[in-house]
Amino acid sequence: MPDSAQILRLLPEILLSVFGTLIMVLDPLTGRNRKALLGVLALVGAYCAWIGALVSYANPGPAFGGMVTVDGFATFFRLLVCAIGFLTVLASMSYLERNELPQGEYYALVLFGVAGQSLMAVSGELVLIFLGLEISSISTYILAGFLREDAKSNEASLKYFFLGSFATAFFLYGVALTYGATGSTKLVVIRQAMEGKDANVVLAVIAGALMFVGLAFKVSAAPFQVWTPDVYQGAPSPVTAYLSTGPKAAAFAIFLRIFFTTVPQTGVMWGWLLWTCALLSMTIGNFAALVQTDIKRMLAYSSIAHAGYVLVAFTSCTPIGAAAAMFYLAAYAFMNLGAFTVVSHLSGRREQYVAIDHYAGLGRRRPFLAALLTIFLLSLVGIPLTGGFFGKFYIFRAAVNADLLWLAVLGLLNSAVAAYYYLKVIVVMYMQEPKEEVTIEPVPATLAATLVLAAGAVFFLGVYPGPVLDFATRSASFSRQ
Amino acid sequence: MHPITTVHYLFLSAALLLVGTIGVLTRRNIVVILMSIELILNAVNINLIAFSRQLGNVNGQVFAIFVITDAAAEAAVGLGILIALFRNKETVNADEVDILKW
Amino acid sequence: MLDTALFYIFAALTLGGGVLTITRRSAVHSAIWLITSLLGVAGLYLLQRAEFLAGVQVILYVGGIMVLFLFVIMLVNLDQAAKEKRFSGQKWIALACVAAVALQALWFVSKGAGRFTLGQPSIAGENLGNSEHVSRVLFSQYLLPFELASILLLVAIIGAVVMAKKRI
Repeated sequence: MPDSAQILRLLPEILLSVFGTLIMVLDPLTGRNRKALLGVLALVGAYCAWIGALVSYANPGPAFGGMVTVDGFATFFRLLVCAIGFLTVLASMSYLERNELPQGEYYALVLFGVAGQSLMAVSGELVLIFLGLEISSISTYILAGFLREDAKSNEASLKYFFLGSFATAFFLYGVALTYGATGSTKLVVIRQAMEGKDANVVLAVIAGALMFVGLAFKVSAAPFQVWTPDVYQGAPSPVTAYLSTGPKAAAFAIFLRIFFTTVPQTGVMWGWLLWTCALLSMTIGNFAALVQTDIKRMLAYSSIAHAGYVLVAFTSCTPIGAAAAMFYLAAYAFMNLGAFTVVSHLSGRREQYVAIDHYAGLGRRRPFLAALLTIFLLSLVGIPLTGGFFGKFYIFRAAVNADLLWLAVLGLLNSAVAAYYYLKVIVVMYMQEPKEEVTIEPVPATLAATLVLAAGAVFFLGVYPGPVLDFATRSASFSRQ
Repeated sequence: MHPITTVHYLFLSAALLLVGTIGVLTRRNIVVILMSIELILNAVNINLIAFSRQLGNVNGQVFAIFVITDAAAEAAVGLGILIALFRNKETVNADEVDILKW
Repeated sequence: MLDTALFYIFAALTLGGGVLTITRRSAVHSAIWLITSLLGVAGLYLLQRAEFLAGVQVILYVGGIMVLFLFVIMLVNLDQAAKEKRFSGQKWIALACVAAVALQALWFVSKGAGRFTLGQPSIAGENLGNSEHVSRVLFSQYLLPFELASILLLVAIIGAVVMAKKRI
């Protein structure tokens, strides 16, 4: 029987599941006009889980026979995904109201999804990682199709489902082979088997390759990125904000944990693979984003490019690189969430206004929204004083330290290309006159709060990155334990 | 004739994985694509069971139970999405699901 | 000897059923062949002393999941789909996969099964499959994943209802 200390180490997941279930139970009991209360409940749930992650970090260590390990690394990602969940709920409230979508199910699915991601961050066992991945994935398949009467949303949901479950199946096949090669699904035991002579190396390499393919699908790294633009474009905008940050951060977390924990000599065998993947993701993402006219699709391609930047940090295969990747994921989460939240408000009913041309004249008509979108876009470019700047800076520094000069140079060139399409949106907002009538509703308080929080986080990471980076650096050495 | 070893099972499973992959990549009927994914999950389970026997520990079988659970969850959700799509578009042909460019 | 013969029979059912699943024109036929394939897999479980899982496979997969499939096939009108082209354009990837299957089979046969060694199955594996043994591990070591599987199923239930129900 697990004792209370062990249960305390799972506090965030327990709280998220309890609140998710509570929302489902209370949904039929709340009147049609009072559904916003469920949103408030979801906010409380995400906030409690955030606190719960801190509480469980006060007493770090393994639980449930080593299935779960609360360490700095897990806590970093737990805090991140809970924050993303909180902001997603806050950003969705007005959107759900406007499009008359069922709110109870939406909030419950977001909370369950965050529980799955938090579980991925904390588990040190492949069975548990797989379950977390599936809880998170299945809830996001549904969320992507939440505009049920909209054919685009159906299509996004279907494509996401097929490629997602295909990727999961590959990942699972890799896990099965790992079990056969090393006799265990616990990451620590796998590492011991790999260091000793017990493991079947051929099987282990095939297993690693299959798991790599599965995870590359999940983080939308090239050449496994084909689904990303379609899904991000078709899904409801607040959901896209969530998809491009929460599940992605969690997938990167298990990517880091699996490969840093189990592969004894990183860099020898996987180096060139990661190198190619990183470069392809950056290049394909940025160059395809250049020609887009739909802002959601443009941001989707840009998110592929950002996955490429994170992979640059991976390629360095050092704890510094891992810390840089963690910092970048945090910064990227807030700027991307912010940008998509602005997009979701401007899109109007049934997402009619999503072309970049619709943003003409926004600087004059809605200075507040335009200014915030500018901040987020500048952070995505990587302008100093924003979180994106330090994110890129640490990544390329880690790459140079690991003698990956070429990759760093190519990455910097890519960032220059990226600046063009982000700045184009800003130019359209401030310099062009609107060609057609675009109705913009007044900004609701919840949405404004989301934007201010996200912008605050972007500035905090850009002006005072020390504490977060220190925490990431200290916890990125988990592989040494 | 050789006795049947774990390796036989591994090769059978790999073949089933490839059959499923071909199905996912080439078929146009969405229901059949979903069935192909089920085939891949069964390939995973064949591996797990064979390794479980080989290693003499039951963990592989327990893992296979979770894989079956996941297969059930995915089937339910996938067919739900299919019904939502069918309500709007009256098609189960993957090639006609093409408002968004692939 | 009997084991060897049974292995080949079940393997043929599994693979043959799989191939027919992905090549039949009608989705109902595909479903029937998938059931055949799944039953073949259940037979393989029996040969590997995983009796409990063989039962789960038959009850859950064939009895549950496949019935769901057949319901949906009947619910959505598939007559249209049956008349259309079966395969989409990605011929080259498919051909590569077929080539991979052929190569793999050739490799296996030419080298002979004896050349691949993973060591002998351990003796302890002989009485793995009884449900007592499985449940002992499931409810001690894997208690946490077992509990979490309930969240996975809950999410799937919510998802299926949200997607498939006409009015929420």
